[in-house]
Amino acid sequence: MRKVCTKILNIAGNVITVRTDGVGYEELAEITSVRGKSLAQVIRLDGDLVYLQVFAGARGVSTGDEVRFLGHPMQVGFSDNMMGRIFNGSGEPRDKGPAITDNLVEIAGPSANPAKRVIPKNMVRTNIPMIDIFNSLVESQKLPIFSVSGEPYNELLARIAMQAEVDIIILGGIGLKYDQYMFFRNTLEEGGALSRAIFFVHTAADPTVEGLMVPDLSLAVAENFALHGKKVLVLLTDMTNFADAMKEIAITMEQVPSNRGYPGDLYSQLAARYEKAVDFEGAGSITILAVTTMPGDDVTHPVPDNTGYITEGQFYLRNGRIEPFGSLSRLKQQVNKDTREDHRAIMDGMIQLYADYRETEEKRSMGFRMSDWDKKMLKYGGLFESHMMDLGVNTPLEEALDNGWKILADCFKPEETNFRSELVDKFWPKQ
Amino acid sequence: MNRQTGKVVGVNGNMMTVRFTGDIIQNEVAYVVTGDKRLKSEVIKINGDRAFLQVFEFTKGIKVGDDVEFSGEMLSVQLGPGILTQIYDGLQNPLPEMAEKFGFFLPIGEELQAISSDKEWEFTPTAKKGDKVTGGMALGHVPEGIFEHKIMVPFDLTEEYTVEEVSPAGKYRIKDTVARLKTDKGKDINVTMTFNWPVKIPVTAYREKLQPVDPLETKVRIIDTMFPIAKGGTYCIPGPFGAGKTVLQQITSRHAHVDIVIIAACGERAGEVVETLKEFPEITDPRTGKPLMERTIIICNTSSMPVAARESSVYTATTLAEYYRQMGLNVLLLADSTSRWAQAMREISGRLEEIPGEEAYPAYLESRIASFYERAGLIRLHDGSTGSLTIGGTVSPAGGNFEEPVTQGTLKVVGAFHGLSRARADARKFPSIDPLESWSKYKSVIPDEQRETAKRILSKGEEVKQMMKVVGEEGISIDDFIISLKSDFLDGVYLQQNGFDDVDAATSGDRQQYVFGKVIVVLEKEFVIKEKADARDFFYNLRHKFIDWNYKKMESDDFKKIEKEIDKILEGDNNEESMHKNP
Repeated sequence: MRKVCTKILNIAGNVITVRTDGVGYEELAEITSVRGKSLAQVIRLDGDLVYLQVFAGARGVSTGDEVRFLGHPMQVGFSDNMMGRIFNGSGEPRDKGPAITDNLVEIAGPSANPAKRVIPKNMVRTNIPMIDIFNSLVESQKLPIFSVSGEPYNELLARIAMQAEVDIIILGGIGLKYDQYMFFRNTLEEGGALSRAIFFVHTAADPTVEGLMVPDLSLAVAENFALHGKKVLVLLTDMTNFADAMKEIAITMEQVPSNRGYPGDLYSQLAARYEKAVDFEGAGSITILAVTTMPGDDVTHPVPDNTGYITEGQFYLRNGRIEPFGSLSRLKQQVNKDTREDHRAIMDGMIQLYADYRETEEKRSMGFRMSDWDKKMLKYGGLFESHMMDLGVNTPLEEALDNGWKILADCFKPEETNFRSELVDKFWPKQ
Repeated sequence: MNRQTGKVVGVNGNMMTVRFTGDIIQNEVAYVVTGDKRLKSEVIKINGDRAFLQVFEFTKGIKVGDDVEFSGEMLSVQLGPGILTQIYDGLQNPLPEMAEKFGFFLPIGEELQAISSDKEWEFTPTAKKGDKVTGGMALGHVPEGIFEHKIMVPFDLTEEYTVEEVSPAGKYRIKDTVARLKTDKGKDINVTMTFNWPVKIPVTAYREKLQPVDPLETKVRIIDTMFPIAKGGTYCIPGPFGAGKTVLQQITSRHAHVDIVIIAACGERAGEVVETLKEFPEITDPRTGKPLMERTIIICNTSSMPVAARESSVYTATTLAEYYRQMGLNVLLLADSTSRWAQAMREISGRLEEIPGEEAYPAYLESRIASFYERAGLIRLHDGSTGSLTIGGTVSPAGGNFEEPVTQGTLKVVGAFHGLSRARADARKFPSIDPLESWSKYKSVIPDEQRETAKRILSKGEEVKQMMKVVGEEGISIDDFIISLKSDFLDGVYLQQNGFDDVDAATSGDRQQYVFGKVIVVLEKEFVIKEKADARDFFYNLRHKFIDWNYKKMESDDFKKIEKEIDKILEGDNNEESMHKNP
């Protein structure tokens, strides 16, 4: 019943064209060439011409190679047997283990009905003050880490993953450097978390298009575990590589390019993945933490820009620290009202003062004489950076809030700080 | 009309090429039949015997050769009693019922009726036999929550008709005939309580369009006082992501002084939409004491829903808004965000292989934006009463750069501009509306002279601050320094609000007039202070009092107590001596 073609008409980049009928959009095919087998996906139908994207790349494919259509779109298994296992961008084992063939589900399924979601309400504690106090992470949130190459973004991802109280961790690596892949594996192993982790890894050495499936595979598995009541944390790194792979295909397909050569549906494509973050009514949840590296540290680049409009906040990583400006958790107000009554006031008040400090710092660097007030600000800025911003700080939220008041009292009189009297009376450290 | 059919000959993303025979209509709805599914789509281009269809669903599995059925109708919404309190997707499918029927996910190829056809409504006729009527005129009404929902002559009946018969008062379902009309030529028309209207065509079943004049109170101080909105007017809120557009819209949707609020999420984050979805039914409307949802409609398209549905969602929302405006109500439509709508247009245009314009947006971007905002307005109905539709759209420009096409196209056509600034958002100032960049052509609840004073202080304060960056604090005079403190004071105690505090989040027009009067006293007063440090102490102390004041209910004892303290400070400061005694 399965269709087989033995004549490939065109090969352009990683896209091949065959002539046949009766195949569906996004159906899978298997190509057998001298270099082995590879999956391919239908990405366009035009009359009897069928365009396929070859995951392992078209290099070495012959016009006489066999293309066998599988009659179904991409599927992935999900079962407890997958824990501790590592797969590639086609869903095949990357370790020595057996292929997963039970509970096959289609990837990239339909959108969750917003009416079946619950309001995100559980804080994910990380013991990192810049996150817990200022931009609390919330279960079911989709949050990218905006960063430039060289910043410790994967280290931050791994630290949050280790400390987050979740049932399952799924790592989706897209264009991941081999040593970073090993870093994730070793960190999770040492922390005893590998047995509740599943890896879908596409490394920088693998063919580009193979990485395109990684987010969908990771999220489809996550979704099915979530429907079975599990709390799942999905780590995706790096989504800029994913977008670049899409760009490559779009240009090969001679699509009209949109912003900076990216396809016009970049927003929809990213959204379809990020929107899988969910807290299901009466079932489990998916939280997504993703890395978006910003080419040239440019937040207006289409990938970070579109990402910012889809995700529920972002952490900016710069000089090894989470920047207080620009970093944002859109869901923080869902959880920080129930922590401690001074949480929100500290969160806003300290950042307002830190903004003033940055201005003072600017004046100082221009050589202006510092007034007594300026000196207060400089002292404050220093304390804030070392006790709050440093990623080495590992403190529970309540302790971090107390530290906040201590820093304030070290530098200011209460009325210089913008806090309402009720809070000052209760929390301002007594001298 | 004969239903035409066709066959799929190509699939490219969510765009299908279809070969058809006979006549089809531009923007007609068609269904692709693939397997056991019927996928809704819209004709967006016709070329010879080929039609290009934008599918409203994911196209996975569609094959060349699949059948296509054309419906003969443009994309329409169903109008009638029962729309309020609903949560629809961009194609008017009720999402809670979809959830009940299909579970966690939105299944492909399924539609549900927008309004219940079983529910009975208590109809009261107002028209009589022999009355002359035309589209948009009321024949009677039914109670819908707190409103009198008018049963109107369908808007597409544009000629004059004679009422032959109106049903007596009683219970009816939406499909029951409630009136019979006759045309000049003697043709009978049966009118029910429901009819359809194509979303992309503005409703114009009214007598005339008027100039919007009355302020629309949002209870956000910086808006109502400084950059007001008018009932029937338009405004836009551009800002980079994270500047607080969505929170500002949420606060407006709760507190704005209008009858009905329609929230259109055109590609919104589900995590934020769900907050609105779940919280609104729980929130009590501060004005009516009833659930807020009773005067709300939510059009919800999360960013992962198909692009064509996102594109149509603003039109669906606008049509529903116009429908309630036709009943003489004041309606506020909040679209979040129009950039995502524009991006959906760009995406579709790209698939059609149209020549891209600026930043790859289609050349017709500006005219589409203009015609969307032009659907707002204050109108006089056939019976002489008025209704209004106010449209507020957020814009999400890349990197917060207001030079980009969507912001610029919007600025040309709106009456007020609330530009959000990254710097203010970074400094945790809410709302982060930039008082130096924003503007409004509408009238405020505050006298113009006072607003001018405030604006003057703000811009002078900014000049001084710029100067201080060059010459330092010691390089400027004490008078200039005091101006910068005044400008900070105005910003800190009035232009910013705590969006999470029940009292401070919503300031009524009365209170704004009262408090702003006091702020103006501070701004206009000449303070004699010699040392900058003393001036800073003085203003910080005053700021502290005003902030505490903002948190107290207006009639409360605490409010009066703090006001007295403020008055005391303002009376007793005029000489240096008292400054030092009571800093």
